Amino acid sequence: MSDTAPPVLEARGVSKYFGRVIALEDVSLSVRAGEVNCLLGDNGAGKSTLIKLLSGVYQPDSGTLLMDGQPLELASPRDALDRGIATVFQDLAVMPLMSITRNFFLGSEPTRGSGPFRRFDLAACDDIARAQMREIGIEVRDTSQLVGTLSGGERQTVAIARAEYFGARALILDEPTSALGVKEAAIVLRHVLRARSRGLAVIFITHNVQHALPIGDTFTILNHGRLAGTYRRGEVDLEQLLRLMGGGEELNELARELEELARENAGARVARTVPPPAEVPPPPAG
Amino acid sequence: MSTADAPAVPARTRRVNPLRRFLNRPEFGAVAGTILVFLVFLLLTGGKGFLEARGIAGQLQVAAQIGILGATVSLLMIAGEFDLSIGSMIGAAGLVLALCLVHFQLPVWLAVIITFAFAIGWGFLQGWIVVRTGLPSFLVTLASLFILRGGSIGATRAITNLTVVSGVNDKIAGDPFAALFNATLLSITIPGGGRADFRIEILWWIIIAGLATWVLLRTRFGNWIFGTGGSATAARNLGVPVARVKISLFMCTAASAALLATIQVMSVGSADVLRGQNKEFEAIITAVIGGTALSGGFGSALGSMFGALTLGITQLGIFFVPGFNTDWYQVVLGGLLLAAVIVNDYLRRRASEARR
Ligand SMILES: Nc1ncnc2c1ncn2[C@@H]1O[C@H](COP(=O)(O)OP(=O)(O)O)[C@@H](O)[C@H]1O
Ligand SMILES: [Mg+2]
Repeated sequence: MSDTAPPVLEARGVSKYFGRVIALEDVSLSVRAGEVNCLLGDNGAGKSTLIKLLSGVYQPDSGTLLMDGQPLELASPRDALDRGIATVFQDLAVMPLMSITRNFFLGSEPTRGSGPFRRFDLAACDDIARAQMREIGIEVRDTSQLVGTLSGGERQTVAIARAEYFGARALILDEPTSALGVKEAAIVLRHVLRARSRGLAVIFITHNVQHALPIGDTFTILNHGRLAGTYRRGEVDLEQLLRLMGGGEELNELARELEELARENAGARVARTVPPPAEVPPPPAG
Repeated sequence: MSTADAPAVPARTRRVNPLRRFLNRPEFGAVAGTILVFLVFLLLTGGKGFLEARGIAGQLQVAAQIGILGATVSLLMIAGEFDLSIGSMIGAAGLVLALCLVHFQLPVWLAVIITFAFAIGWGFLQGWIVVRTGLPSFLVTLASLFILRGGSIGATRAITNLTVVSGVNDKIAGDPFAALFNATLLSITIPGGGRADFRIEILWWIIIAGLATWVLLRTRFGNWIFGTGGSATAARNLGVPVARVKISLFMCTAASAALLATIQVMSVGSADVLRGQNKEFEAIITAVIGGTALSGGFGSALGSMFGALTLGITQLGIFFVPGFNTDWYQVVLGGLLLAAVIVNDYLRRRASEARR
């Protein structure tokens, strides 16, 4: 039924050039409310560039952005945030020398009072930040603690909790799991699903297909700045996705090379162990 | 896939007691340093002169003058930028004021407004160039240092044939507006002769440093200052108007230089093209002793008050140490800077990395 509503966020035939580098050419992507679109591609495929267009960091050189079917002009990240598009960028954007609360509300500080007495309402913010962090699974007692004292996964959590709190319509996550351990990655994936069930439009970027497959409703694949395909859940499997990302060939080749190597090693060991003919060489590790 | 939906993650942070929290504040080093320096000079001088009314008034005056600059400079440094032009701006703004009063015969209030407009306009231009070109502010304001100083000398000589403009006292005598900048708050007559004057710049210092502290810690603009210095790109991506923050702060440092220039011209009665030399560095030292990181993103305007106090204590203290004189001030200042950088760097690292 929500299929009849226009996508919350859409890029239609967008291109972006950095000097002579073609970062993106004629790429389209759309995501509906309550849906996760997994944006896949190898390093340098243009994933980050695409979502930076959708979050107002860059402006497209051609093509259009749409929100709810209406043309969308984003002059700055502020514009995107004001429209309820919140992004966790790949380089995280948390400040290690600022407290958890200050980081959480950076750029969107609620204020109290008016005129020259308008002030940053830190006490209320402490409570909100603590509650949001608890929601996402981290118990913080002292929200004045510097973010630099947190582990990598916890910092990621601050950034995600913040985006979840401020992203009213769309949540964009740029490789949130790439630097995480297995358990931490699982927590992040669970939050992607939770955001989806809350009715947000989610764009989830990864180059890890195992992370994408279980949570994606749609898969958009980029390869060298161009669209390599868009598939619904169930239309593709892991191997197809890998091949589309441009990694399939390389992986096949790697598998062949490994096999060859194993064979050569076995051969070498046989050759070395020829003199005492009674001994049997150990089987190659498999 | 079928794990419980509410993950029970154990608490990973311990409750931190208030003392420990203070130890992790950026101004902790400055407070400790001020007390230490005070005790050292108390010991070296035996309190003679140093702890007498005149000595204290002198310490506070030095502290107030450098503290007015240190407060705005620390905000700018927390935002990740430098302003090397404020020393020259003190000379230039002082000349603008004196010329307006003496040469162009303008009323005091108008002359003061023109002086501040000149400084704030210059600060805007400087900030705009830094933001637009993306060049390091170190270079842009270094250029500005020479342009302002050279321009002041050239223009003043062209207009008056001299490099000093005097005769200000006649113009401001009895003017209530001028009293804002040169009044004496408290004058203590000393039994043995002479007076100890506590001047109005002490009040200006407290107001400006207090205001800077409030803005930094209690307003959204303050949070933007931290964010801008932490990472300008990341802050911009979070919707912080980074360019506006930086330009505003360059306007503030220039305005604080204009304020100090106005105080000096109205107290001394003349303007000199060479006034304010090295003040840009003393202001940076004040901020650094106060716990502000050279790399930006961390620091304290309150700390700069203690930094300024340390400078005041040192400059006056040396004067009263037997066998020494103020020639040695710069040596001690350099030593203090080095010590402060080392200590504050250590404290900052401890605050941001310990307790993993
Ligand atoms: N600001 C930039 N200036 C120049 N080239 C860029 C810039 N940002 C990205 N690129 C180039 O665009 C291409 C796509 O980069 P990116 O979008 O970061 O890829 P991904 O996120 O998929 O790894 C890369 O070749 C990268 O070098
Ligand atoms: Mg990327």
